Amino acid sequence: MTAPDHRAREAVAAAFRDEWGQVVATLIGLTGDWDLAEECAQEAFTAALVSWQRDGVPRRPGAWLTTAARNRATDRLRRDTTGAAKLRELTVLARVPDEPVVQEIPDEQLRLIFTCCHPAVPFPARVALTLRTLAGLSTAEIARAFLTTEPTMAQRLVRAKRKIKEAGIPYRVPPVEDLPQRLAAVLAVLYLIFNEGYDEECAERSARRALTAEAIRLARLLVRLMPREPEPRGLLALMLLHEARRATRTDDGVLVALEDQDRSRWDQPLIDEGVAVLDQALAMRRVGPYQVQAAIAACHATAPDAAGTDWPQIAILYAELARLAPSPVVDLNRAVAVAMTDGIPAGLALVDELTASGLLDGYHLLPATRADLLRRDGRAAEARSAYEEALELAPTEPERRYLRGRLGEL
Amino acid sequence: MKYVLLICDDETVSPSNEELAADPVHQAWAADLDRRGAKLVGARLRPVVDATTVRVRDGETLVSDGPFAETKDFVGGFVIIECADLDEAIEIAAGHPYARWGGVEVRPVWE
Repeated sequence: MTAPDHRAREAVAAAFRDEWGQVVATLIGLTGDWDLAEECAQEAFTAALVSWQRDGVPRRPGAWLTTAARNRATDRLRRDTTGAAKLRELTVLARVPDEPVVQEIPDEQLRLIFTCCHPAVPFPARVALTLRTLAGLSTAEIARAFLTTEPTMAQRLVRAKRKIKEAGIPYRVPPVEDLPQRLAAVLAVLYLIFNEGYDEECAERSARRALTAEAIRLARLLVRLMPREPEPRGLLALMLLHEARRATRTDDGVLVALEDQDRSRWDQPLIDEGVAVLDQALAMRRVGPYQVQAAIAACHATAPDAAGTDWPQIAILYAELARLAPSPVVDLNRAVAVAMTDGIPAGLALVDELTASGLLDGYHLLPATRADLLRRDGRAAEARSAYEEALELAPTEPERRYLRGRLGEL
Repeated sequence: MKYVLLICDDETVSPSNEELAADPVHQAWAADLDRRGAKLVGARLRPVVDATTVRVRDGETLVSDGPFAETKDFVGGFVIIECADLDEAIEIAAGHPYARWGGVEVRPVWE
């Protein structure tokens, strides 16, 4: 392979990562046809490989790709003879300017995110559609990440695209009064994508590792597109602070508790950036659940050592989170912070309340948390039976290995 | 007097519009309606996967995927609207009084 070949290949790979979402978004904006947009974008990237090797990499790869994809779409619609396509052709031809495409593309991507995450689109499909259209992940990659089969995922994507078309879901950012609900759905999808990558069972599942990076990239995009909204910054900060600790979360396939992680291996630049982004969000004085979760993550990430963790602050933040976004899982985390602040009996009392409520039946972290508090309190026999209970319920091997390790120490 | 007929099935059988039109039973039913002069307005709806339900609770509009299916709920009426897109349909649905205690199912008409 000659040097220009190599450079062209790398440029196409980089353009795919950075420009895929923009190209598809622009084509959907022009044609209103999601399948046609994807097919023409794919053809443009294929053509780029040949053309860039021959003529060199263009100065603005994104504009080159968008123009190539747009020309293909126009050709296809011209050739298509059915009545509906004729109508579309007219709209497209009327809207396509002769000069190079104007780069107001971020708006198109924002439209694409909000359309993928419209509340009328079934929830699992929102995530899949976002990964497919904005990140260019293949159906097989998405299926692998969500532990399902390729035909199932393909069907989910087809249904989602069909619903957008048949139900008349508009391709636009919702009006201001609808933003809170819609933005919440978008943030939930991005956080779900991140968590799918973060909760990987084994390190070799590389498609999953890419998901955390993709979620962070999309969150950065959302921050840039909605600079006056604090919650996208809150979510970005939360992801950065988690990502900074990811390498130390497991050791040889065993989960490592936060207090036992090697803090010197945490990614300090990511922590600094996360804290700075969080500060920007908090300065807007409109607190939301992602900002509070990021603040909790920042308390952990900036503590000099496990003993130096600001538990009273974390307990206050969990109380605030329980107010903003009530959930039994939040209450469980608050119980730990209360135990570290007001003493273990106070924390255990909260855990027992949760157990009695039955809201977390079958959730392995309930007995695991109880076991941990009992162990710290020196109640070995009770701790042992709680660890055994957690072991039965734990869903992943790294967690089971961790719990077996704790049991062995008692 | 006017009546609204809601044609229901479980969607396990979904004939195309052409198949329906060619079905002798359907043809006979349509001819009977014509003979009686009973038909006011009628339309086939897209399947339930294309449905969107709008509810308003504490002044907040909740939009969800699919039909509002609880066994004690019943259909109390229907309105045919023409508007730009689903978001406008949701706005209109959210203004209906029933959205505050029941729900309004928005179904695109098969055109």
